[in-house]
Amino acid sequence: MNALAELQIGESLQDITLSPVTRLDLIKYAGASGDYNPIHTIDKEAEKLGLPGIIAHGMWTMGNLAKLFTPYYEDYFIQDYSIRFKGMVFLDDVVTLKAELAETDEEKLTFKVKAVNQHDKDVIKGKVVLSTY
Amino acid sequence: MFHDFIGKKSEKVKNVIERGAVKKFAEAIGDPHPLFVSEEYGKKSRFKQNIAPPTFPRALDYGEIEGMNLPNKGLIHGEQIYHYERPLFVGEEIYCSTEIKNYYERKGSSGELSFLVLTRRGEDNDGKTIFTEEQVVIITEAVKKELMV
Repeated sequence: MNALAELQIGESLQDITLSPVTRLDLIKYAGASGDYNPIHTIDKEAEKLGLPGIIAHGMWTMGNLAKLFTPYYEDYFIQDYSIRFKGMVFLDDVVTLKAELAETDEEKLTFKVKAVNQHDKDVIKGKVVLSTY
Repeated sequence: MFHDFIGKKSEKVKNVIERGAVKKFAEAIGDPHPLFVSEEYGKKSRFKQNIAPPTFPRALDYGEIEGMNLPNKGLIHGEQIYHYERPLFVGEEIYCSTEIKNYYERKGSSGELSFLVLTRRGEDNDGKTIFTEEQVVIITEAVKKELMV
């Protein structure tokens, strides 16, 4: 019996709230991912595009969101992970990661997932399908 | 402006799923789970080795599509979809490529937006697919104008 087998449709995993976003978080992600788009690290470049300041890489938020499922890799792996980028994440924003079980069948669990900011506004939204390996 | 590129592909590029790169990536997304970073933990896991986080393919090289010059500035990432046949293993060699799947333009309230749909693929040594990826990139009118100069 695995840890998620008891979860009912409509129930959620425990939310994870991240520490406020720092510039260093984004510099680290730029280095680790190879995405050096300066809009994520250099204020002037973000301002040129009419933004109040740098914004997080959408993929940084998407990468973070997947950690809701990392504790369950002994039973499942992420087969499908689809995301729509809905809003921008700025420095000092507080992002909360959420997953709700939407569908189950014998080998798969489908979750609705999203990350919201401190104003409870969706910043990314999508779906994760866990499959037994 | 990218209509002619629909269907164009890059050559496959060999990538090694490097242990150090996976660790750095896992730390950067705040998820340094031992399944990703500890060799010993990986060996004892049901995978018998370490795996990479699902969004790690962001860090890989997919090669270039001839004549396609996208700026690294001013593009908006609209959508991102991963599909895995199995997890990506630390230490393995994979072959990655990219293709322009679609391109279309839409008029919106804030001017014309262009949508570029890219697919990416990672294969093992035998040409078996490990993962596929679809990315929707939005190009604003301002950026497009710059590109056409």
